Amino acid sequence: MVSAEKRDVIERSKYFWNPAKTQDWQDMGVDLVIDRREGYCIYDMDGHRLYDLHLNGGTYNLGHRHPELVEVLKAGTERFDMGNHHFPAIARTALAEALAACAPSPDMKYTAYGAGGAEAIDIALKSARNAMQKKKIISIIKAYHGHTGLAVKTGAERFSKTFLSEDTEGEFLQVPFNDLDAMEDALRGRDVAAVIMETIPATYGFPMPNEGYLPNVKKLCERYDALYIADEVQTGLMRCGTLWGINNYQVEPDILVTGKGITGGIYPMSCCVMTERAGAWLKQDGFAHMSTSGGAELGCVVSMKTLEIVQRPEVKATVHYIADYLRAGLDKIMAEYSDFFIDIRQHGVIMGLVFNHEQGAKPVMKHLYANGVWAIFSTLDPRVLQFKPGLLLTQAECEEILRRVEIGISLARDEVMGSRSRRIA
Amino acid sequence: MEPVIRTLVDISQTPAALKGRANIVLERARWASEVFQRYDREMTLRIVDAIAAAAHANAQKYADWAVEETGFGVAEHKKIKNELTAHPLVDYYRNEDFVNPRIDEQRKLVEIPRPAGAIFVLTPSTNPIATLNYKILLGMMTRNAIVISPHPAARACCVDAANTLAAAALEAGAPDGAIQVIEDPSIPLIEEFMASPKTSLTLATGGNAMVRSAYSSSNPAIGVGPGNAPVFVDSSADLDLAAQRIVDSKSFDNSVLCTNESVLITLPECDKLLRLALKRSGAYLCDEDEVNRLRRYLFHERGFTVESIGRDAIWIAEECGMKVPKNTRILVTPIEQIGEEEKLSREKLCPVLAYHVAKTRNQALTQARAILRMTGAGHSAAIHTTDERLSMAYATTVEAYRVVVNAPCSQGAAGFQTHLAPTFTIGTGYFGRSSIGENVGPQHLVHWTRMAYNSDDSETFGNYHRLESHFDGPLPAAPADGVPGSNRPRPLTAPSRGGLDDSARQELRQLIAEELRAYLEH
Repeated sequence: MVSAEKRDVIERSKYFWNPAKTQDWQDMGVDLVIDRREGYCIYDMDGHRLYDLHLNGGTYNLGHRHPELVEVLKAGTERFDMGNHHFPAIARTALAEALAACAPSPDMKYTAYGAGGAEAIDIALKSARNAMQKKKIISIIKAYHGHTGLAVKTGAERFSKTFLSEDTEGEFLQVPFNDLDAMEDALRGRDVAAVIMETIPATYGFPMPNEGYLPNVKKLCERYDALYIADEVQTGLMRCGTLWGINNYQVEPDILVTGKGITGGIYPMSCCVMTERAGAWLKQDGFAHMSTSGGAELGCVVSMKTLEIVQRPEVKATVHYIADYLRAGLDKIMAEYSDFFIDIRQHGVIMGLVFNHEQGAKPVMKHLYANGVWAIFSTLDPRVLQFKPGLLLTQAECEEILRRVEIGISLARDEVMGSRSRRIA
Repeated sequence: MEPVIRTLVDISQTPAALKGRANIVLERARWASEVFQRYDREMTLRIVDAIAAAAHANAQKYADWAVEETGFGVAEHKKIKNELTAHPLVDYYRNEDFVNPRIDEQRKLVEIPRPAGAIFVLTPSTNPIATLNYKILLGMMTRNAIVISPHPAARACCVDAANTLAAAALEAGAPDGAIQVIEDPSIPLIEEFMASPKTSLTLATGGNAMVRSAYSSSNPAIGVGPGNAPVFVDSSADLDLAAQRIVDSKSFDNSVLCTNESVLITLPECDKLLRLALKRSGAYLCDEDEVNRLRRYLFHERGFTVESIGRDAIWIAEECGMKVPKNTRILVTPIEQIGEEEKLSREKLCPVLAYHVAKTRNQALTQARAILRMTGAGHSAAIHTTDERLSMAYATTVEAYRVVVNAPCSQGAAGFQTHLAPTFTIGTGYFGRSSIGENVGPQHLVHWTRMAYNSDDSETFGNYHRLESHFDGPLPAAPADGVPGSNRPRPLTAPSRGGLDDSARQELRQLIAEELRAYLEH
């Protein structure tokens, strides 16, 4: 039963905020209005508890309202606010140093800041264009890098066309993922400023790069004078078992973009980390790009704490345990419902569960929701459920999640396949 | 210019940060212990042996380091202790099985070991490495994860030793994080660990305040109280042997073992001979003035002089301005009274032995009891006698859970020259406000699930011997798709169900029913 209070919020949400989106969720059987949140659990207004396996794409990597991040933000307000974006600043510089110290390429140096991931993507694209003095940008088909002016053009038209903002100048090329020939063909003209890649494309349902794909893309970039931009918004910050996912593929990008989890969801912030070459404009004309909220000093203080926490040796160990344990459990579930649950894509705690039906992840999402687990389907490939556990999940929580996932998948399977054609042992 | 990592807003001492630290370490331990339970006995023992080998190989190094860092004890003796807490400790428990279920046909019981989980252990400054070896090995024998909090005075050697043993464990296949050490222990941080719901058990050896704090933490704890062992030398004893054993014990590692003799009680009829025997064994008998000096030096208003802990007899004598022969191994201080009035009748973790002559055997027993009433209840006592009626009377009188007969008490009560379990955690039991009254061993770190059948003869017990092993070993590493060298393991078979599933069982049942029916119809 939906309470009158919740119904009221939903009605007002439709009226004042976003009518279509609010209604879509109701139609999908997910009548969630998040109220209380703590650790890896969110609580619906009506008290329904959900394990959060969506984490807003890794924003809540360390859990909701992580106590140390809350503490450092509170303590930070005793000294800092957003700061002044023109002047040299203590916190902004300190975070840039901390990022330079742990960046995936040894010659990464500068950090330019945004308030959200897409803003940092725009900075990355603008920087690449300035550095290479070329305009073209290559991304992959069904890429997703956010919704700002340039970022949205790198992605599927589903998000740009509505706003008459799709690329009409032929400056944004898209090639199929895992297709090196197509990549080379696109780069061959030497008129490309940068290739932008999510290390593992999230919204596309985490298709995994073939062995050698990413390093070869980087090689092609070098051959044809283009920069490599690693969008690590979802794959960075230990989600692949190392600080940056790209590290595991032996690629040293020219630009790295991080956002979402960098502040643990407690203060909006994004970072564009660049080599000296990629960030050439910072030497030529430092006033060329600016952002009042980007690099807010409070956000920098929180980000530094996040970086410190995720680099603790215990976190690395725990991430491996979570990845191994959940995989072992999911393998068992997959064996049990093998006619429906057909594949698992995984790198660290980034997982995509693939179902044997065009829209298969949607009923799974619905039944998981009813069973206390919140995981979202992939917008650009609804066969795939994004399964994104946090870095600090406890063993007990993982066990509990697996128990609920098994139930949810069995119900979704029955809904999709019918309960008669039952599996054979 | 090199990047520098700065802390602009320091929250490290806030409750949130302390709790965060404890959580992250303990949760890693809990993961490790959970995975450890998938290990079979053979693999467990392989890990235990590898740790013991590393402990043995480094016995000298850490003995020297501990003495240098703490100033306590004798390196040569510490080496012995470090070695005793390696292979001999493991061998002592080698034939005990804390991994496989026990099957008791007679009583129709199956007992399944369930390790504690994440065990938080405190190690003292007096026996830092031996205690560390011992607690780690106990934990590994029982497939628990251990988090060590070393005494700040022995921090560096303990952190290094723990990391060495942890590396050996990992190398031998132990789960990551099965052994962890807190590199910067502080009281608030330790309290956070002890009180955390993620801590399954605290194993506390150390000062009384720490032990009481462990018991107040709301978590299960095994903490032990201080010692103050009386040793009674009866006239029936071989006085030479008794003296030699007592001097050996008191001088062993300069009395830092809490099982060392504190007050010697004897009888008038053997007083003189015993003094001579003690002297022959390397004891120095103090005169009244020297006793006063020692008393003043060792005890001040707030308690015992920490600087004297584990120092040798000559060093202490010099501190008191006394001249003693160079071969002096212990200092003996004759005292008239026992109790509050006489500070020398309290615990002394240094080679100073109080010496009291009781009038009768009865009085000796009463005095021994009084010593433990003051401090050291539930701990240790020793007696040298050939009269078993006396030793029996002594053991039933004193409130100690181990009474060592005709052996050095330091080593004997800790299980190193007796057949007691070798230990560095002496359970002081109910007398000493502790939960355990024996020498703590691996059996205390595991509980058992007991499967109990109907005792009625009509109900037969199952055949548990033929069941397959349920130990799956380490978790397989999850794939990192697309990363060179990361093979993608696919489940080759459906997970084993240990038999038929429901639908198959239903089918089988139906078949049998049909066959039966057919059979009956004919």
